[in-house]
Amino acid sequence: MATFSTTATVDDPRVLLGDDGVLPPVRGGGGDDGFGLPDYATRLRRARLGLLVALTPVLMLFVSFSSAYVVRQGLPTLDPRTNTLVRDWIPVTLPKLLLINTGVLILSSVFMELARRQIKGQATRVPPASASEVSAGDQTRIPWLSMTIVLGLAFLFGQWAAWRQLAANGFYVATTPSSSFVYLLTGTHAIHLMGGVLALFVAGIASLLRRSVATRSIVVDVTAWYWHFMAGLWIYILCLLEFAS
Amino acid sequence: MATHEIAAQESHAHAAPQGFIRKWVFSLDHKVIGLQYYFLALAAVFVGMFLSLLMRIHLIWPTATLPLLGDIRPETYLTLVTMHGTIMVFFVLTTAPQGGFGNYFLPIQIGAPDMAFPVLNMLSFWTTFLGFVVMIAAFFVAGGAPLHGWTGYAPLSALQSAGPGEGLGADLWIISIAIFCIGALMGALNFITTTLDMRAKGMTMMRMPLTCWAWFVTAILGLLAFGVLLSAGILLLMDRNLGTSFFVPLVTVNGQLTGHKGGSPLLWQHLFWFFGHPEVYIAILPAMGMCSQLLSVFSRKPIFGYKAMVYAILAIGFLGFMVWGHHMFMSGMSPYTAFAFSIMTMAIGVPSAIKTFNWLGTLMRGRIRFASPMLFAIGFVSLFVSGGISGPFLAQPVLDIQLHDTYFVPAHFHLIMGVASIFGIFAATYYWFPKMFGRMMSESMARWHFWFSFIGTYAIFMPMHYLGMAGMPRRYAQMTEVSYLLHLIPLQKFITYAAFVTIAGQLIFVVNLFWSMFKGPKASDNPWEATTLEWTTATPPPHDNFGGHTPVVHNGPYEYSVPGAPRDYVMQSDPEIKAAH
Repeated sequence: MATFSTTATVDDPRVLLGDDGVLPPVRGGGGDDGFGLPDYATRLRRARLGLLVALTPVLMLFVSFSSAYVVRQGLPTLDPRTNTLVRDWIPVTLPKLLLINTGVLILSSVFMELARRQIKGQATRVPPASASEVSAGDQTRIPWLSMTIVLGLAFLFGQWAAWRQLAANGFYVATTPSSSFVYLLTGTHAIHLMGGVLALFVAGIASLLRRSVATRSIVVDVTAWYWHFMAGLWIYILCLLEFAS
Repeated sequence: MATHEIAAQESHAHAAPQGFIRKWVFSLDHKVIGLQYYFLALAAVFVGMFLSLLMRIHLIWPTATLPLLGDIRPETYLTLVTMHGTIMVFFVLTTAPQGGFGNYFLPIQIGAPDMAFPVLNMLSFWTTFLGFVVMIAAFFVAGGAPLHGWTGYAPLSALQSAGPGEGLGADLWIISIAIFCIGALMGALNFITTTLDMRAKGMTMMRMPLTCWAWFVTAILGLLAFGVLLSAGILLLMDRNLGTSFFVPLVTVNGQLTGHKGGSPLLWQHLFWFFGHPEVYIAILPAMGMCSQLLSVFSRKPIFGYKAMVYAILAIGFLGFMVWGHHMFMSGMSPYTAFAFSIMTMAIGVPSAIKTFNWLGTLMRGRIRFASPMLFAIGFVSLFVSGGISGPFLAQPVLDIQLHDTYFVPAHFHLIMGVASIFGIFAATYYWFPKMFGRMMSESMARWHFWFSFIGTYAIFMPMHYLGMAGMPRRYAQMTEVSYLLHLIPLQKFITYAAFVTIAGQLIFVVNLFWSMFKGPKASDNPWEATTLEWTTATPPPHDNFGGHTPVVHNGPYEYSVPGAPRDYVMQSDPEIKAAH
């Protein structure tokens, strides 16, 4: 049974949870120290956590598509001419261009990582007191971020060109179930990558607007992890389309 | 998404916005956003309720011509069924308990100044609002709203030529749900990040009120479920508009081949119910959390078995993803698969029973205060038990074959998921209204409202069990010409009359709500003598929730009737309490 005391210690923390108790650390809580602007580390941790959570439904989206892909592949359909069950799954020969696009995306992921490390180093070298102040930037450094954006756009353009090739070969969205999935998976991935490109533009604009190093560092950090995820996801999609058809 | 929030975080600590647009329309304040969700759900519930009223009228007077609406044709009846279910499930049961109360009170209860990503929070509301507008727009396009049911089973939902409402109306229905999914995902992201990263000092996970646990687990369910529904919606839109065949087999409409072939209607069912069953818990878990809270407050006792309650919430959330197949026993699935789904479904009864046992344990020997929030909380427990008992019946494939598509099913889910959750919303409204609006609601009107709702609900839904067992099929527009059902018509009439009275009783709530907002007696900061952090701050709470003060938590959320304490409750932010040995 709990009793009331004004002491600042907890002799038996189990009483803190009503009847059956638990052993909570007295300190606890993951929040900020105050109600002002959170510090850099807190903001970075929160943004990364937010990203991790945000990636979950993206993952679920592609898991759903993948399960639909596997199920649809194995389904027979009725041929009305012969009145027999036949399979209508005609594998699509993927354009070779997709391999080049894959290389471009992996390279962009490498550049993205270099950009992340570059700006993180910049942010950690700034004294804590001025971490949130405007940075003059370092114009002599290699513009990894810009190069990532260029490669990202090149990948998207390459995907567009691959779709054109598919169409030229007679594979449209509704031609066969397999072509439907090719457009679905690559298209949905491209839309998500566009989000990453947009985020990089935001980081670039933040740089042009001379926003704080801390802000740019967090934007680039989170986008970098998102970008790596997109690269990994693309490799998975490519493997699914190539080897599971 | 999170990257766009960085700039918003920088401006988070600034003073409260003064202009009407920034303060009340495009607000970043979680409290305003919570109210926006709440009033959106209130508008939606009246639309949904009106549709159900039309359904009830049509069922007993199928040839009646209604003012302004004219004749209700069978396909119109199916449209009413579809839109009633969709609006209620998405824009009421998912929106009010989580988006409304969760948004308003989660940050305050864990001692945070706001949600983790305020801009995203605002976007999630306006996305949901857009989804509602698109859904309502389906009524006003050529062909009207769709008739394929809230479950949108293919191929009916996948073919534009399948019936009136399956053209543009069905497209809008799917787009609306897709928009809703995006809004819900943004909201879930915020709830999870806020819970994990913004708790005040001392607010360990196991010191969180059960409301916060419920909102947290609900957000996880939403995060995993809405992505799947979104994917199903995308595939359905492609089938409808791009000629693909994900869900549509070789079928003819009016003797004409549709051009689709090879798709699987069951694939839609699997994807839909993988979302659909967790959706049940998305609707009910916040109500469970809120009622757990209230039962403790108004019994003046610690919640019975706090840890068990937390683990039960987690278990229900986990098992909720394992049971979707029980909605598909009639689809011809393997008996072994059906057996597995059946066992898992009945397993959910275990954590549900733990919760019920603990609610009763909390009430036992309590010094119960029968205030209106408590009445609705007890009503929730009653409805949860009454609706839950029919669950194990439907969980058994052999019984489900008999009961599926009869009135037994709507009787079950309306009690346990629909009205029980609504009772949770009512309980939470009466409980938190003083904090939200600074005034008390009329207690006498609240009591009238309770008895109208409680008796009315049972009068409507208990007879439906009997209708179902007697073989009356659901979704049928007209049964007055079916000989073997004629003897059941008087019961249908009784249900409709009960619905009239119950819906009329809801007007008491509306009057009380709006009257009390402006004319209710002023509320103190802690009128219920509760312990959680929202009752430590001003009424209504200031922009940053605690007026520049950072709360530090020393105690659990349910410290009532503590011996030696100056009052019969110890606030979470009070000095620590000690055990007496």
